[in-house]
Amino acid sequence: MIVPYSHVLILASIIFILGAACAVARRNLIMILVGVEIMLNAAALVFISASLFWQKLPGQAFVIFLFAVAAAEVATGLALIVHIQRRTGSVISDDYNHMKG
Amino acid sequence: MTIFGIIFYVLAAIILIATVLSITRRTVMHAIIYVVISFFAMAVLFYLLGAPFLALLEVIIYAGAIMVLFIFIVMMLRVEATPFVPGQWLRQWFPAVVLSLISLFIMGILIWQGPGRDATLPLAMAAPRALGQFLLQHYWLAVEIASLLLFVALVGAYYLGHKGDSGEKS
Repeated sequence: MIVPYSHVLILASIIFILGAACAVARRNLIMILVGVEIMLNAAALVFISASLFWQKLPGQAFVIFLFAVAAAEVATGLALIVHIQRRTGSVISDDYNHMKG
Repeated sequence: MTIFGIIFYVLAAIILIATVLSITRRTVMHAIIYVVISFFAMAVLFYLLGAPFLALLEVIIYAGAIMVLFIFIVMMLRVEATPFVPGQWLRQWFPAVVLSLISLFIMGILIWQGPGRDATLPLAMAAPRALGQFLLQHYWLAVEIASLLLFVALVGAYYLGHKGDSGEKS
């Protein structure tokens, strides 16, 4: 007996919303990626608590794939940030307002 | 309330405070350190919710690998702190906070109406051996696809980070 299931869900939704607000409101590309990571972590929390609630293992198995997806996403995202920083000299998304063929 | 309940609420407070601090820092490095604190607390929470193997993976992959990768990039790119402009700050954060509160309200209603509102979670633990056997018996194809995805990400990261004449126009 730990806590009501709904408390875990509410905690996860608050973390998810915080990550989404970070991804929406920040202008630094690195902080946007950090927001996405926070959102993925909240999703992992929901999977694990659901796995505990129904006493089934697929929830925990999906979290492993979620970790793999998060690792792949962050590697590609940071490589994109490095690439765009070399081209424009900035990681602030407001500075990308020039079109150039 | 049992001792596990108290531990849960303490961990939830740590996670929420660290996350709020991290998304409001202007220095990227401070934000990443706060996110690491939040992920450590989240790993303990995973352990409490009966997933010891995933708690280990959370520490190793999230707090260990992904956040260190972020720190490497921040050090490599010399990211400076975002300057504080009050009008711009308000214009960025006000719509985000309003929309977040609306979404949170709707999520709260859905959770309130959903199943298991009053049901408490049992105290159980999934052994890593059982999880591994379950994973490789039922989801072996997904494991292969995940490895393929990681390989594609590796190749893509190498291609994008390659300091060659590909894509360099300026």
